[in-house]
Amino acid sequence: MSAVLEQVFQVGFLAAIIRIATPLAFATLGEMFSERAGVLNLGIEGIMLLAAMAGFTGAYFSGSLWVGVLAAVAAGALMGALHALFTVVLGLSQHVCGIGVTLFSSGLAYFLYRLIFGQQSVPPSIKGFQPVPIPILSDIPVLGPAVFNQFTLVYMAILAIPLAAFILYRTPWGLSVRMVGENPRAADSAGVSVMATRFQAVVLGGALMGLAGSFLVMAQFNAFTFGVVSGRGWVAIALVVFGRWDPWRSAGAALLFAFVDALQLRLQAAGLGHIPYEAFLMLPFVLTIVAMAFMSRNAVAPSALLKPFRREER
Amino acid sequence: MTTLPPLIEMRGISKSFGPVKANEAVDLAVAPGEILGLLGENGAGKTTLMNILFGAYQPDAGEILVNGKPVSIRNSADALAAGIGMVHQHFHLASRLTVMENLLIGIPGKGGRLDRAGALARLDDIARNYGLHLDPDQPVSALSIGEQQRLEIIKALFRRARLLILDEPTAVLAPSEVDGLFSALRAMAAQGLGIIFISHKLNEVRALTHRCVVLRHGRVAGRVDVPAETTALEMAQLMCGHEIVPPERGPSVPGAVVLSLDAVSTGGHGGMPLRAVTLAVREGEIVGIAGVSGNGQRALADVVSGMLKPQSGTMDIAGKRVAAFTPREVQALGLGRIPEDRMTTGLVTNLPLADSMVLPRIGTEAFSARGLLKPGAIVAFAEAQIEAFDIRCPGPMVRAGALSGGNLQKALLARELAFDPKVLIAAQPTRGLDIGAARFVHEKFLALRARRCGIVVVSEDLEELLALSDRIAVMYEGRIVGVLDSADASVSRLGMLMSGAGGSA
Repeated sequence: MSAVLEQVFQVGFLAAIIRIATPLAFATLGEMFSERAGVLNLGIEGIMLLAAMAGFTGAYFSGSLWVGVLAAVAAGALMGALHALFTVVLGLSQHVCGIGVTLFSSGLAYFLYRLIFGQQSVPPSIKGFQPVPIPILSDIPVLGPAVFNQFTLVYMAILAIPLAAFILYRTPWGLSVRMVGENPRAADSAGVSVMATRFQAVVLGGALMGLAGSFLVMAQFNAFTFGVVSGRGWVAIALVVFGRWDPWRSAGAALLFAFVDALQLRLQAAGLGHIPYEAFLMLPFVLTIVAMAFMSRNAVAPSALLKPFRREER
Repeated sequence: MTTLPPLIEMRGISKSFGPVKANEAVDLAVAPGEILGLLGENGAGKTTLMNILFGAYQPDAGEILVNGKPVSIRNSADALAAGIGMVHQHFHLASRLTVMENLLIGIPGKGGRLDRAGALARLDDIARNYGLHLDPDQPVSALSIGEQQRLEIIKALFRRARLLILDEPTAVLAPSEVDGLFSALRAMAAQGLGIIFISHKLNEVRALTHRCVVLRHGRVAGRVDVPAETTALEMAQLMCGHEIVPPERGPSVPGAVVLSLDAVSTGGHGGMPLRAVTLAVREGEIVGIAGVSGNGQRALADVVSGMLKPQSGTMDIAGKRVAAFTPREVQALGLGRIPEDRMTTGLVTNLPLADSMVLPRIGTEAFSARGLLKPGAIVAFAEAQIEAFDIRCPGPMVRAGALSGGNLQKALLARELAFDPKVLIAAQPTRGLDIGAARFVHEKFLALRARRCGIVVVSEDLEELLALSDRIAVMYEGRIVGVLDSADASVSRLGMLMSGAGGSA
């Protein structure tokens, strides 16, 4: 047993947690902004996939990873705008439109990928991001190599958390976002445009989901496959609830999920042969469900979540 | 005061919603330092007119002048920029955010951040000038209704409103809070602000306002230049357009007991429980239930209407013991119920009016057979009641939530009265209704009393109880602390009992 534990808690374990948490953190923050403004975005799974495809294609043909990241962010923002058009401007059902956006984006991603790259026996790949050690900080024992010898996108995710909290809690725009998610009529009577604020929040959310997608193809797998997202978007939706719609708690939730995911990967590798590997694969999801059941019972969603706002009602 | 141009002037404002003319050629002006009363029955067009002023609706005709200059107000941002602030009847606050956050919404920040320091200074100013204090870091959910209203007023002043519109501000306040509100409003007027005070509580209008405009059917029906010297009756007649004769309450000849509670006690139920309540109501009498809100009145109404099962004690309706305490059981025994909250426990606001009107009896032979509804019978029933009770609505298939409060209450009355109840329990039956509608309700109660029904009226309006009841029971902390014959009762005696200073009881 001790051999197993050694295998599990080796040096790279902490680094793996951080890497797994990064796309989840982006996606969770994106979903959080959207929901804080009162718009559930079930399109997240598809948006991440389409963004991953766009990011991969951009990087593949331009030869620049950052062009790829930009393409992914643009694709995410665009699909966010599509979701906002349906749910905010037209006031349609957020559930239905979100699922529609996921189906549409996924289909579009498959279609475009086939169109561009055709059917190949070995899928094309790119040379992904390389770790960028931060001087001095990366020399700290244990923590240094794990946290400060990472991809730039990881550092961006770490910075995105306090930035999101600052925007949400300290700026007029963030207050507007929270207000339109709690009581849009109050925001409206204070002269705030509910539609513009919600639209912006959903687009920002989509852009963050795009970043999450770009990380998957440019830092994690370095190739695009149809299973590249594999449920991470759905997990992010749960993590937002688990994190009670707060940037810090949501990021914490992403870390916890990443910890269990990293753990199950190690357990698989440790070769406990008599347990089928699928059982380990389930672990993080089981954790999500259990954690949701226990920790989220008194979590209170933004009051106006799922409620479209119309001005002249009579 | 008269030499300055009016703060706000509305000229020839008209607005229609489909075939309904909500406002027609309305003129109205408010001078600096003036408190203008805007009176009218429900549906007279007061709220529409103010919503036009605040930019929620666009007028079909007419113009608005601010400080003598024509302006166009397309949304609330325009209204705020023109110095118009509005305190809506239903507050526009986010309850999970703090006082400060609710104040700062829509205010540009300083250097990209929320300007908290500047806000605190303004808040101090407002507190000093008008005596309006609030803790900026409390969440709104921790504030009382009166404090939330204060926040709405502060919000308007914070945005440097020169004209403040208050839509029925006293409807939600306790009497002591009303005094505080009035002194703040007077302080604002003394400093040159204009105030439009919408109400149908005539005594308040007489006490507070400098001048009144009365609306009826969307038009200006009259103006009152010195409200303090005009009687409430004169104003009421302006509002409804005809003379008002208070309802006659003939002598009562009570008969057998139709509703009796014996030592009924209840559990918590999220409010004040009942503690050994014993009460008997006889046929042909009206028993009023008085008390400060939250002293067990709601539990009493819920027990009687079969929505709350007591922990101990017994209840009989028309001589039969109530066993299961379900709404269906008490209704079958002959109980009719006018619920306190018309919108949530009264009707289904998103369904057609006709459906709501038969809902409690949907399973009876009259409206269904062999598991199928009889739509024809349902609509015919609703049409007959709409006719009989003069319910103003486009027809039986209109969404119930689209009716005004008075018409909803008529619909609820019609629904219960159509089945000749032996006992009727009505909770706050005239809350939020205007004079005409309230009078209609009172007349129906008295007619029902003449038909030997036993009636329980739970109300916080003592004048109403004194005018209607044969006997008045006073509740305090879940008990009945005294029952007075209305001949011996007075506001002051009831008030003593309500505050727990009952002495003998």
